[in-house]
Amino acid sequence: MTIIKGYRRTDGKVGIRNHVLLLPTVVCANQVVNRIQQQVPGAVAIPHQHGCSQVGDDKERTHQVLVGMGKSPNVGAVLIVSLGCEVMKADQIRDEIRETGKPVIWLDIQNEGGSVKTIQKGIDSARKLVMDIQQISKEDISLSEIIVGVKCGGSDSTSGLCSNPALGNASDLIISEGGSIVMGETTEIIGAEHIVAEKAVSEDISHKLYSYVERFEKEIERMGVDMRGGNPSPGNIEGGLSSIEEKSLGCISKAGTSPLQGVVEYAESIPGKGFYFMDSPGNDIECVSGMAAAGVQVVCFTTGRGTPTGNPIVPVIKITGNELTGKRMNDNIDIDISTVLQGIETLELAGKRIFDGIVDISSGSLTKSEILGHQEFSINRIGISL
Amino acid sequence: MGEYSFKTGVSCIVMDSKDNVVTLLCDIKAGENLSFILNGIKHNIIVQQDVKFCHKVAIRSLKKGERIIKYGESIGAATECIDEGEHVHVHNIEGIRGRGDQKAEQ
Repeated sequence: MTIIKGYRRTDGKVGIRNHVLLLPTVVCANQVVNRIQQQVPGAVAIPHQHGCSQVGDDKERTHQVLVGMGKSPNVGAVLIVSLGCEVMKADQIRDEIRETGKPVIWLDIQNEGGSVKTIQKGIDSARKLVMDIQQISKEDISLSEIIVGVKCGGSDSTSGLCSNPALGNASDLIISEGGSIVMGETTEIIGAEHIVAEKAVSEDISHKLYSYVERFEKEIERMGVDMRGGNPSPGNIEGGLSSIEEKSLGCISKAGTSPLQGVVEYAESIPGKGFYFMDSPGNDIECVSGMAAAGVQVVCFTTGRGTPTGNPIVPVIKITGNELTGKRMNDNIDIDISTVLQGIETLELAGKRIFDGIVDISSGSLTKSEILGHQEFSINRIGISL
Repeated sequence: MGEYSFKTGVSCIVMDSKDNVVTLLCDIKAGENLSFILNGIKHNIIVQQDVKFCHKVAIRSLKKGERIIKYGESIGAATECIDEGEHVHVHNIEGIRGRGDQKAEQ
């Protein structure tokens, strides 16, 4: 059994980071939150463009992402900043996050009497929360408590030839330790969905997976466009990928060979152990943000072209199979496995190296995206703004 | 992008025995020989154009409309005749899926 060092939360969940999260309920609260974060750099902020003029499933999705970010076991305490007249209900968000037992403070800009007073009070609250959660100490935790998100972005042909199959080997090792794997990117299983669906443990799960793909493809039809150029992107095409089918067939190997235990909606929490699929766009930041809100503690991210992507609360481990990218973008790449295409390392050994990286990062070592302060965050929208 | 320096001298890879394309592991110039192993047998073809690392080359001639196979699965269809040794990419193949443009024309 592999042991990591983590934080056992009062709801029993395990975090591998101990962040104070500054959470604006609406775009209008971003500036106040950013000012608080500047004064209290020990806290992380998730400014976003949403939270008002939203209805129905689109509103629910934003609500779920905000609550999910607050509930994440990588977060030790939360400061919510609302405006006061928005669609998002700050009191509900607070109550749902409080179910985890972690401290939550809520400030409302209209109630406090403007930006300056809220910033002043927010700095004081954030400082207090950062001090309070320092009391929580790390303990030995079984790796079986870890949920690893697997994602690829800025792909080229090396992603499908090398880094995704190697990550697949690491995924198998995580699941053999009793842990979980979540793969997203509904767009990037188009043309390969039959291979993922074959792994489903039931007909229902298989049907649900096909229905998510159909929903996405119908939306492309409604728009009347060829998705090529958007996905695969211009960089993917420059990197040798000719169609979404080719990209998808290279993508799916990153989840490994385990049976598919379930399919969840974007940002929905992962209900069990093993391999799960989450409905999400291929968009890097929206997908990783959805995984973070679903309770994923760490993300493994393969890239051929190279990308700096991070997340405010989840370490994002960057892996490349492209020799030149590994050298040119050394700033951003944590694990270079181009040795596989050079013929000097097997996929199995590269997979073990990724697994060891996950264990190391989960015990507190920082990823390059964390060191450089990459905290990209974006909420997937499914409706129009009113 | 600069030069790639692969140590083993392997210039391309076939992902599945059903494939009709190879993926290059280094930049190749027109007229150069490309060798690969398919079903245990070594094959040689002459590359028709300069083709970059990560891009694909046809390992046999393909008719217009014929499926392009990589990983043993369809990655699209040829939009024109493609000769053995030709660069295979967005200029001569198209995806079948995610084609809202074709739906709009119907």
